[in-house]
Amino acid sequence: MEGITITHESNARGSFCPGPLMEMIRLVKTSAVGDVLAVISNDPGSQKDIPVWIAKARQEYLGAENEPDGAVRFICRKVR
Amino acid sequence: MDTDKDEGERFSIVLFSGTVDRIMAATTLTSGAAAMGKKVTLFLTFWGLMAFRKDDWKTNTRFSKDFEDYAAPAMEMMQAKNVPPWMQTLTQAMAMGDVTVKACSMTMELFNMKLGDFEPVVSEVTGVASFIQESEGGQVLFI
Repeated sequence: MEGITITHESNARGSFCPGPLMEMIRLVKTSAVGDVLAVISNDPGSQKDIPVWIAKARQEYLGAENEPDGAVRFICRKVR
Repeated sequence: MDTDKDEGERFSIVLFSGTVDRIMAATTLTSGAAAMGKKVTLFLTFWGLMAFRKDDWKTNTRFSKDFEDYAAPAMEMMQAKNVPPWMQTLTQAMAMGDVTVKACSMTMELFNMKLGDFEPVVSEVTGVASFIQESEGGQVLFI
């Protein structure tokens, strides 16, 4: 994603629902406000789960990027 | 009765089954509900409680009888794909959110069990009436 520098990234490929979401939660909990966090997942459930959790947690969802292997990188900014 | 704002945010599961497939469904739902900020209670009764006896989860390979023919391939696939054991899903949910695991007092009495016989994730003993009281206003599932 242009103009965005990822502070912490976790590769959750191969991790099953709700594993990738748990990774995003862990990153958000252990990071500082302003950090940009990314989780790479190949669990189709993440497509909905991660953005829904980010909205519920009132963080900022910056979007998703497709990886060449079919996995998706979900990006979130910790705002609170 | 206490009617604080958390009242609608409860999510309770009655875990009656002790088969791995059903327990996995229960712990995965627990984890999702905890992630979404719900106050989750897992009420363990009968075979669900049996499955929480100390170390039982390490050797439990029981599977729903109606899908028995899938048991072996499902277990193999779970191992091959590194699906975490349900106990790990549960402890992770407990570390992340508000999850309480309670034992049914009636089952304990029936099978002569005490709180110390269970995995440490089980924190209290409760009766059905207090479970009903506590789960009031929230979603309740029977698994």
